[in-house]
Amino acid sequence: MTQTIIWTVAILSVLGLLLALILFWVARKFRVEEDPRIDEVEKVMPGANCGGCGFAGCRAFADAAVKASNLDSQYCPVGGDEVMQKVASILGLTVAAKAPQVAVVRCNGSCEARPRINDYDGAQSCRVKAALYSGDTGCAFGCLGCGDCAAACQFGALSMDPSTGLPVVDQDKCTACGACAKACPRHIIELRPKGPRGMRMYVSCVNKDKGPAAKKACANACIGCGLCARTCTHDAITVTDNVAWIDPAKCKLCRECEAVCPTGAIHGVNFPKELDKEAVKKRIADRKAKEKEVVHG
Amino acid sequence: MDKKYIVSPNPHIHANVSTTSIMRDVIIALCPALVVSILAYGWAELLVVAVSVLSCVLLEWAVTRWLMKRPSTVGDLSAVVTGLLLAMNLPSAIPLWIVFIGAFVAICVAKLPFGGIGQNVFNPAITGRVFLLISFPAQMTDWNPTPGFIPLPDAVSGATPLSVIKEAIKSGSTIPEFMSAHNYDLASFLWDAGASAGELSAGALLIGFIYLLIRRVVKPWIPVSVLGTMALIAFIFHGINPDIYTGVSFNLMTGGAMLGALFMATDYVTSPMNTWGGVVYGIGIGFIAMMIRYFGSYPEGMSFAILLMNCTVPLLNMWFHQKKYGRA
Amino acid sequence: MDKVTFSMGGVHPHDSKYARDCAIEELPLPQTVYVSMAQHLGAPAKPVVAPGDKVLVGQVIAEPGGFISAFVHSPVSGTVKAIAPRKDLAGNPVTHVEISVEGDEWDPVIERSKSLKTSIPDDKAFILDRIKAAGVVGLGGATFPTHVKLSPPPGKVAECLIINGAECEPFLTSDYRIMVERPKEIVIGAALMQKVLGGCPCVIGIEENKPEAIQAMDAAVSLLGYPGIRVQVLKKRYPQGGEKQLIDAVMHRQVKSGGLPIDVGAVVQNVATSLAVYEAVQKNKPLITNVLTITGDQLPVSFRHNYLFRIGVPLSFIVEQAGGIPDSAAKLVSGGPMMGRAISNLDATTVKGSSSVLYLSEPVTRRRPETNCIRCGRCADACPMGLEPFLLNRLYRAGDLDALERNAAQDCIECGCCLYSCPAYIPLLDYIRQAKGQVTGVLRARAVAAKAAAEAKK
Repeated sequence: MTQTIIWTVAILSVLGLLLALILFWVARKFRVEEDPRIDEVEKVMPGANCGGCGFAGCRAFADAAVKASNLDSQYCPVGGDEVMQKVASILGLTVAAKAPQVAVVRCNGSCEARPRINDYDGAQSCRVKAALYSGDTGCAFGCLGCGDCAAACQFGALSMDPSTGLPVVDQDKCTACGACAKACPRHIIELRPKGPRGMRMYVSCVNKDKGPAAKKACANACIGCGLCARTCTHDAITVTDNVAWIDPAKCKLCRECEAVCPTGAIHGVNFPKELDKEAVKKRIADRKAKEKEVVHG
Repeated sequence: MDKKYIVSPNPHIHANVSTTSIMRDVIIALCPALVVSILAYGWAELLVVAVSVLSCVLLEWAVTRWLMKRPSTVGDLSAVVTGLLLAMNLPSAIPLWIVFIGAFVAICVAKLPFGGIGQNVFNPAITGRVFLLISFPAQMTDWNPTPGFIPLPDAVSGATPLSVIKEAIKSGSTIPEFMSAHNYDLASFLWDAGASAGELSAGALLIGFIYLLIRRVVKPWIPVSVLGTMALIAFIFHGINPDIYTGVSFNLMTGGAMLGALFMATDYVTSPMNTWGGVVYGIGIGFIAMMIRYFGSYPEGMSFAILLMNCTVPLLNMWFHQKKYGRA
Repeated sequence: MDKVTFSMGGVHPHDSKYARDCAIEELPLPQTVYVSMAQHLGAPAKPVVAPGDKVLVGQVIAEPGGFISAFVHSPVSGTVKAIAPRKDLAGNPVTHVEISVEGDEWDPVIERSKSLKTSIPDDKAFILDRIKAAGVVGLGGATFPTHVKLSPPPGKVAECLIINGAECEPFLTSDYRIMVERPKEIVIGAALMQKVLGGCPCVIGIEENKPEAIQAMDAAVSLLGYPGIRVQVLKKRYPQGGEKQLIDAVMHRQVKSGGLPIDVGAVVQNVATSLAVYEAVQKNKPLITNVLTITGDQLPVSFRHNYLFRIGVPLSFIVEQAGGIPDSAAKLVSGGPMMGRAISNLDATTVKGSSSVLYLSEPVTRRRPETNCIRCGRCADACPMGLEPFLLNRLYRAGDLDALERNAAQDCIECGCCLYSCPAYIPLLDYIRQAKGQVTGVLRARAVAAKAAAEAKK
């Protein structure tokens, strides 16, 4: 009995020692020399591995950052400026602050505004649907409603609203990693600056059809009439291919475009007050009258 | 177009097959064996089957509905199949509450936690059975036949042929002595007393399996490789020493060999998808089952063999692939 | 005679050829036709007419837009109204030439007599030129320009011309009808292509479920007596008419992944293409007509037709001529039920490759809700390319492009057998088609990079 115990203990100990030696040898032999700063940088990264920066994951980002001579071409959209400052301080570099961004869904073709004209019965995937045909509405540009974007979001910031059939962005959760924008086959989602206190203007439509066709397909479509562009005093709005686009860098959030848009395609969000369309229209009319006076006078 | 017509990618038609239709075929295929066992073991057997099936269905319905909050998958009939297979693995004299525990393990431990139908690693019915075998060895090996609707011709009471023989060998007698004393012969192919429902009649099971083959629900490769391996091993060992190793026909016709090879090992979910993978899987089952029968402490090894080989299925799926067109 | 078939996979859908006994009728002319500039594989054609121009039947209205492209001819006589984008079958804008119909005046160079012309011209280049000038494309579905396919690249020799009369898709009967009604023209067309390819043997493959067609073609072959042409009976099995499957069935050779049929010495042409070749070479008639089946499940006989139509007639006009859309129809399909495309826009026009309008009823065509894969392996058994659709589906959803390439997602021929046979109704093909597209993109990028690297070395 005693002998059995002694033998067992002895064999197990020798075995353990042997294996430990092999492990030690393997670890020495196959060690990869890495810059210790990669670990440090990775530690301050958000660790979501979302790929929003364009790298395979946070470690790949850190690896590239350590090798790079400056951080101009790298940005972690999830961690934002805070993380970039930390990364820069570890590497002894400097970074310029970037405005925080948010994903914006540029389609307002709700079930009501954009009637369905056929009954899609394929796989519930926007990619599959987009590859098949122009979609189950008259609009060949708008949201397909299968939720590829929501599935791509790793932060739970995007969800499909069953009442409208459109995705909704939770701006507090959105990290602007851009995964949704990449997932959308119709390129509806755009990353735009969050704006001061979240206030921002955007055109909620990407329909490139001519006005009447766009209007026929969707009550909320941008019809490319150009009224907004003519009204804007900041030169912030351009109309190309029958659809308007607001340059966030130039927009002064005056909301005049929103007031004049005949289809309600221009949206302003997070403004403290509701837009008083009549008042703004009157303001514009007064200004136009004055301009005329100046010209004629 | 005023009417909203359907639009989808091709194909636009579908074969007349669904998970439900497949499961229905399996249920039909199990019927001959079920009828035989109910005739042989009477009301008690009928109750075991009813409790097993009902518990499986109700548990699946309740768990999907309230715990997983998903549309119920009861309609695909897979829970019915699990219930039937479990019942066919139990002695008819078993207390019904134990049957319920078996059903609980099958559905709530082996099947649903992995994601329900198609996702489980282990065959639910076998997992339930093995759980019961380990937990309630006395009740699970109480093979006293309950009174049936028709008399059994050759009643060996109390134990299955496999366990009787194992005991006999342990106590020093040889197989030929035992066989002549008990009058076992090929009749057990059709009629084999002292067994669970599914082990009773290899003939009835075969009839059901032939139905599945005709309906192209299963392919014969896995059963052939399981039974072939068992036969080969039995042939070799029996040839070496017929005194302590049972023979080919005895091994194929008794115990869970038929039920296991025909209905448990061929379960889609827990068997390899490729034909050659299936053959390797079958050989593994046959080998392990025979090793347990000859050298293990249990008289029967089919369930353990299938469970063990279930573990290897992901690997087999990785190793064996179909031959592709234009790629030598 | 021995029946042959391909070596792996395949399914056996009910053949549903309800319109098989409907003789080909000529469709009347509509008031306006819309001729698509993208009705062949490859670059779109470039219009050579302008609004206001008068055109005759058979007059060229567009020229090839590249090496792989084809001429397009006016199917009617009248005035060009507009050249503008118009929505195709899938609702995507494509340039169309709109012609308002005035009378039915044919270009005088076209020989319109019904007399059979059996003598084969000696000049290969002449035959090829006629085929090219007539805008003939493959009418089996892919609409690949025929003259390109009949000109093997240097170093490659055609060893066998296969004329595809399999028509393995359920419902479709247009090929069947032309084989029954115009077998001699098809055989002469085959002989013409044989001549172009240097006199290689020619096999006309027909599935066993068309005994009348087999008989008619057999009779035509022996009557005309061209050397080296024979009819081969094929077993009934979908997708027998797939190019790769047909080569496997007839020649017992398999085209390597990424390769072309000519690599194994095969050239495959559809029977309808063969008829078009006959008309182009012997009658100087461009490809402006084709035969199309109107049929469906649960339909009264009056709705079933085989129409000889002018290419460019809107689908809505054909549907109207055939008695309107039946109430039972829940889905309209252009092409066969296995590989055809659902029609989301009935205003779309017919193209060279249009072969049918199918009305499918709700119970037949509606997909049931997707459930869990039960790993039954039916998809893998059904795949005629030997792929494992269940695996590809999982890899696609996991986004693993490398593994998709290793498991040959790019070899998929989109025949639909996997989804057809899936008991869990998983949209396998929907996803595998996406996977195929992504892998093909990677392969193409890699090829371009390799080429650039090789050139840089020089």
